[in-house]
Amino acid sequence: MPEISRDEVAHLATLARIDLSDAELDHLAPQLSVILESVASISGVAGADVPPTSHPMPLTNVFREDVVVPGLTAEQALAMAPAAEEQRFAVPRILGDEQ
Amino acid sequence: MSDLTRTTAADLAAALAAGETTSVALTQAHLDRIAAVDGSADAGVHAFLHVDTEGALAAAVASDERRAAGAPLHALDGVPVAVKDVLATTGLPTTCGSKILEGWIPPYDATVVRRLKDAGLPILGKTNMDEFAMGSSTEHSAYGPTRNPWDLERIPGGSGGGSAAAVAAFEAPLALGTDTGGSIRQPGAVTGTVGVKPTYGGVSRYGLVAMANSLDQVGPVTRTVLDAALLHELIGGHDPLDSTSVDQPVPGLVEAARQGAAGDLSGLRVGVITELQGEGYQAGVLARFHESLELLTAAGAEVVEVSCPSFVHALATYYLVMPCEASSNLAKFDAMRYGLRVLPEGVDAPSAEQVMRATRDAGFGDEVKRRIILGTYALSSGYYDAYYGTAQRVRTLISRDFEAAFGRVDVLVSPTAPTTAFKLGEKLDDPLAMYLNDLATIPANLAGVPGISLPSGLADEDGLPAGFQVLAPAMADDRLYRVGAALEAALHDRWGGPLLDKVPALEGVAR
Amino acid sequence: MSATSETLVPFEDVLAAYDPALGLEVHVELNTATKMFCGCPAAFGGEPNTHVCPTCLGLPGAMPVVNGKAVESAIRIGLALNCDIAEWCRFARKNYFYPDMPKNFQTSQYDEPIAFDGYMDVEVDGETFRVEIERAHMEEDTGKSTHVGGATGRIHGADYSLVDYNRAGIPLIEIVTRPILGAGEKAPAVARAYVQQLRDLIVALGVSEARMDQGNLRADVNLSLSPKGSGVLGTRTETKNVNSFRSVERAVRFEMQRHAAILDAGEAIFQETRHWHEDTGITTSGRPKSDADDYRYFPEPDLVPVAPSREWVEELRGTLPENPVERRARLQEAWGFTDLEMRDVVAAGVVEAIEETVAEGAAPQAARKWWLSELSRRANDAGVEITELGVTPAQVAAVQKLVDDKVVNDKLARQVFDGLLAGEGTPAEIVEERGLAVVSDDGALSTAVDNAIVANPDVADKIRDGKVAAAGALIGAVMKEMRGQADAARVRELILEKLS
Repeated sequence: MPEISRDEVAHLATLARIDLSDAELDHLAPQLSVILESVASISGVAGADVPPTSHPMPLTNVFREDVVVPGLTAEQALAMAPAAEEQRFAVPRILGDEQ
Repeated sequence: MSDLTRTTAADLAAALAAGETTSVALTQAHLDRIAAVDGSADAGVHAFLHVDTEGALAAAVASDERRAAGAPLHALDGVPVAVKDVLATTGLPTTCGSKILEGWIPPYDATVVRRLKDAGLPILGKTNMDEFAMGSSTEHSAYGPTRNPWDLERIPGGSGGGSAAAVAAFEAPLALGTDTGGSIRQPGAVTGTVGVKPTYGGVSRYGLVAMANSLDQVGPVTRTVLDAALLHELIGGHDPLDSTSVDQPVPGLVEAARQGAAGDLSGLRVGVITELQGEGYQAGVLARFHESLELLTAAGAEVVEVSCPSFVHALATYYLVMPCEASSNLAKFDAMRYGLRVLPEGVDAPSAEQVMRATRDAGFGDEVKRRIILGTYALSSGYYDAYYGTAQRVRTLISRDFEAAFGRVDVLVSPTAPTTAFKLGEKLDDPLAMYLNDLATIPANLAGVPGISLPSGLADEDGLPAGFQVLAPAMADDRLYRVGAALEAALHDRWGGPLLDKVPALEGVAR
Repeated sequence: MSATSETLVPFEDVLAAYDPALGLEVHVELNTATKMFCGCPAAFGGEPNTHVCPTCLGLPGAMPVVNGKAVESAIRIGLALNCDIAEWCRFARKNYFYPDMPKNFQTSQYDEPIAFDGYMDVEVDGETFRVEIERAHMEEDTGKSTHVGGATGRIHGADYSLVDYNRAGIPLIEIVTRPILGAGEKAPAVARAYVQQLRDLIVALGVSEARMDQGNLRADVNLSLSPKGSGVLGTRTETKNVNSFRSVERAVRFEMQRHAAILDAGEAIFQETRHWHEDTGITTSGRPKSDADDYRYFPEPDLVPVAPSREWVEELRGTLPENPVERRARLQEAWGFTDLEMRDVVAAGVVEAIEETVAEGAAPQAARKWWLSELSRRANDAGVEITELGVTPAQVAAVQKLVDDKVVNDKLARQVFDGLLAGEGTPAEIVEERGLAVVSDDGALSTAVDNAIVANPDVADKIRDGKVAAAGALIGAVMKEMRGQADAARVRELILEKLS
């Protein structure tokens, strides 16, 4: 029976960049286990020969022309920014590396 | 002109065309109604998160001027509409029912909003919803719940409870909703209104804040089938900004509704889905459902039972596909470019990562966090095949069941939701119990087929509305309107008028 | 381990004990007019956040639409690399959080790249290495952050950052090689040659400026060592911030030496991403990444599959430029270069420069001489790639014409290049401004020759006696008096005339 431990929930919360309090962790883990158990019921339902559906409609090759279309002004882009400086988004110091 | 707020959109359009009223009068009447009954998070219907009095009236004035100048007009020009707060609207906040987007005003309009504006419909405001469309009761809104006009201690359904309640409370003749697992249809069922989920790709998603991209659709929320057809035709059709939108013309929906209203369904084959009735379905809901079947038969339809065996897996499949896509869609809310920014307490010079974490903890509610964690888990390396990958294959089985069924019948039917409106707070502590509300609506989203819910009557045990769901093959949305209109006409005959004539008066509740 | 305490094994010793395995990931920024998924301009520069829209800003509700021209360029690159082109492929989301990525996922391709299983034949010192190409796929670029505060302007220690999303969404093609084995001591050179020749190919296709100094060609270098003859691949490290062809070569060399030291000490290589520093010639450790490996890839649900028809692919195959190996052979023959001469030209990355110079009217050997010696030296001194020096083929041809017309001689021509690099104008203008023209007036020359003869009677006698070679000293004297502005050949003629 699939289960998510409290530690795993904490790890997932880190992956998802959400701070969860101890109380939240205590609360969430059992709820998630219950949900997971119920959704795990579908394992084995579809054999490997059944292709996955990623789209209900069988569309392919939807492209646009390589032609410039007017977008937003810098003012519009920055209007809702929590912080801006020199026409750029000001963000707190970044710890990780670029990828 | 009798109470403008109790008139259907089609009749309002006719009145405008006949010069019997003005858009300003209509719009003002609805704004007055909103002021009288909508109240706030604590009392009243609370269907609206934001009312745009100024903007709506300005648009109404412009509409009247166009009409006076003899300009060519869309049929619905001047008829006011409400928009679910998950759709981007320039100049108006778009919160998705979440604190993380409190006060966010988009710099662009969703395509469907653009189409409303281009057609001249005044936008009354933005309606309440479960946070990021995750829920079946609108109790997960960060701004307080919406209440069911039939009983203010009950839920109006979700995630689009606001739009449905607004229409049921006569605060708007028309509204836009979105449906990912039933978020238009289920509120329609529990509020006695009409709600349609179009064929996937039939209506543009550009500007719809995505929950589950492969399942979401925008659709009409109205009081009548004809009104829904009018609104659906206006917003539907190909959009080059949405790569998943279908490049085929919307079939004649208004035409189908008018034809259906004549009441003749001879030659129609109707399939009752075996797996979507019986245990778990409230007796009163089933009773109204069976009566509606009898009415379809009386109209000339042939009703048979059809089994769709993989539908029993639909709920589990949905609660895998949707959180996975949603967990990725919601990653963009990180306090860097817009929305809430919360600094972690007691941390000097916090890093970007710390600010993201504190913000997302403060800005997202419990249900959203649950689904993000679940989705993150199911997409993790080592788990993809077992969860998301498997779910996408079960989707194929569900689509195949629909295909096989539609080989034998023209439409499929079921009760829209297993129960009538439950009390506020009743299912909040039991997420799984909450998810069960979507049992009957989810299969359509997984397969991309269109569905409608229209009122089938009041359940005997509680006097609350139940809904009748019709499903059609992809691109055959017109069948929903034909069958829906026919059933609606028969039911109105039986009731002596629309079901909403019976909704309790709301005057004075907003105090 | 701090930077200064890196132990390195001498290069020859590395090769005695280990076989290197190389892997190169090159990102090419396409020169389409618009971005990968929206109609914003993909142009370089521009005021911050002026080339943005809801889609590339990742605003809630916005949706991507694929740029057909980018797909076309991707297919052409794949074909030029002898790849199979997918009959059906999709975009996928690569999920991770980083402020320069507006959606906190990158729309890329995962297990369904548009091109795969190809190769490129790379020439190094007359030998041909076949580099196998695992895949080429489409993805989008990120925005750019500048880090404020902190000592070095680099990210570590910065107080905060400012982000510009103009670059976010520009189309990138990522080209990944299979492990390159058997290069041995040539590994650094092979790496460099691969990147250089890949660049030539990209430029010949016309799909990108492909300049490392402008960031539209980026290379990440992967290296591992395995004990000689063991056949078992070792743990690899990835090195980023390799911003020039020279850096590619140096970084490979450095990592080989660093890995060897660790392995020699009996320790294990820590699998990580490292950062190259061109100024100090070392790599340093990047921040350890704990969760970065789990990108939780899944197919992008807002986009539909790309299924290029075989007709379209064949049509595009017809637009490919000449195969580089064949092209080089053809040019070598047309120019009359020896194998050695051609090899040097290829190694210096100046094939195209010479081709363009010849097209402007210069003789191949003259073009070769200028690019390989004079300009290569200057590029080296300035620490830039020769193609980034700032001298154009047209200018080189113009200078050579001045030499051919005897307006200047070789030595003076070098001063013309000084002027070109200083931005003083056209070659003709520089000659004028600096007064570099060779004196063509025989009268003045004659006088100078007479003076030289008078000043060097012994040398003059030798010449009268038939020792023509001695003329060199007199020529030198004349040139000195003329301040170099004389045609040495004419001077020699005059000397011999007068002394015969």
